[in-house]
Amino acid sequence: MSRFERWKQIGQPLIGVAGLLAVWEIAAQSGLVDPFLLPTVGQTVEALARGVTSGPLLGDLAGTLDRTGTSFFIACVLAVPLGVALGSSANVYRSFEFVIDFFRSTPASALFPLFMVVFGAGDTTKIAAATFGAGLVVLFNSAYGVMNARKTRILAGKVMGVGRLRLLLDIMLREAMPQIIVGMRGGVSIALIIIIVSEMLIGSSDGLGYRIYAAQVLFDMPTMYGVIFATGAVGYAFNLFFLILDRRFIHWGGK
Amino acid sequence: MLNALPDIRGYEGTMQASRETYLRIAGLEKRFGDTRVYNALTLDIMRGEVVSIFGPNGCGKSTLIGILSGIIEADGGSVSYGGKTLRDTRIGYVFQNYREALFPWMSARQNIHYPLKIAGIPARERDERVERLISLFDVSFDLGRYPYQLSGGQQQLVSIMRALVVDPDILFLDEPFSSLDYEMTLFVREQLQKALHLTNMTTILVSHDLEEAVYLADRVILLSRNPSRVVDIVPVPLAWPRQPEVVASEQFVALRARTLETFRKELRN
Repeated sequence: MSRFERWKQIGQPLIGVAGLLAVWEIAAQSGLVDPFLLPTVGQTVEALARGVTSGPLLGDLAGTLDRTGTSFFIACVLAVPLGVALGSSANVYRSFEFVIDFFRSTPASALFPLFMVVFGAGDTTKIAAATFGAGLVVLFNSAYGVMNARKTRILAGKVMGVGRLRLLLDIMLREAMPQIIVGMRGGVSIALIIIIVSEMLIGSSDGLGYRIYAAQVLFDMPTMYGVIFATGAVGYAFNLFFLILDRRFIHWGGK
Repeated sequence: MLNALPDIRGYEGTMQASRETYLRIAGLEKRFGDTRVYNALTLDIMRGEVVSIFGPNGCGKSTLIGILSGIIEADGGSVSYGGKTLRDTRIGYVFQNYREALFPWMSARQNIHYPLKIAGIPARERDERVERLISLFDVSFDLGRYPYQLSGGQQQLVSIMRALVVDPDILFLDEPFSSLDYEMTLFVREQLQKALHLTNMTTILVSHDLEEAVYLADRVILLSRNPSRVVDIVPVPLAWPRQPEVVASEQFVALRARTLETFRKELRN
């Protein structure tokens, strides 16, 4: 790759960012948009920096990461083995397919009231709802990954005399890995969405969702914009993490 | 056998297939739905011989080695592997689709190791056996690479090594060249010829390419359309090792013509 191409690769995505910031700044400075509704870029960055250095933002970030991470972890621990087990028998999966698809299509936020009755208005409810939403996506992808394992590879294992358990662990699980990572990427996004929404709606005293909501109630627009962008950055970072994980370690996807 | 390799005997002269029957197929029955693929098929394969199975499309050539290797269940009949059952027999199997048969999460070398690992053989012995096997082949590529980084011919060669590494009692090859281009076919065919004879491997090769079927075989078995029966067994008395030019020899051409004639007659019926 030539030096020009390398700079182009780094520079190109920044053009969009610069464009967005420019439009924002012009809209805010020119008075086209009510300056109260749309603070300038500078004010937003300043509010964000203040929130991080002397305000509660780091704590909020930690709270959101903790809840999202906990739900995602529980979701994976439960859903990957279950999905692999379900997927290893197409008949078993077909029996559960409708139930899984139905709940996968149900917005997890619709279940908030139910979870609140069961778990109370606290973190347990948030984590339970996010685990549920993320878990179904991971489950579904894990099962499909195993079901779509190349038949020839499984036959190759059988002819070698590979036993059932090793066939599952050595061959089917490896075959399913790329799809499982796709499920994890989707699952962590869903967990973050549900955690942010539940922090807004269900009794909270910290978290990025709570902070956005609180800033809106206080009409602190620069902070609100700042935290919205911080939330976006968290989601993007999760996505990037799984993309890199996939490219680095799951090199055989589609091979 | 691989374990006794130090006293490699050359493979000049005609093949030393013993006159001892190894595989005994008796009264084999198989149907898929209403189609009777095999109705009381009976066939004997000698120990150490290379047999090609040739027949019209859909006559169940692959089904036969599928049954013999335990991938497909037969509806009736019996198969004896030198007096033993399939359970007590080591099988080597090479698939047509090498890309989907190799494990892409393992390097080529790890792929070859895997069947030995499954057999519970300790790492040191595995290394020795794999290295000994590799020395049988002209491996000019890096076995540390992943299968998808290799050419088709190299991948199929790795598949063949993976099948041979357990020192199988019998080797099945299901159209091993049909996903390869001509140059690769020649390369893999030569490597295979050498390995089969150095190991004196009992081999059943399924092929839809008559030239290929004749080239590698001690005998060519011609199957009919469904329900398949043995139409003819054509011995191939060409000397070993066979050179690629042999296909242009008078003897080879005559053999192929005879086989083709029988095959045509059968199709007309």
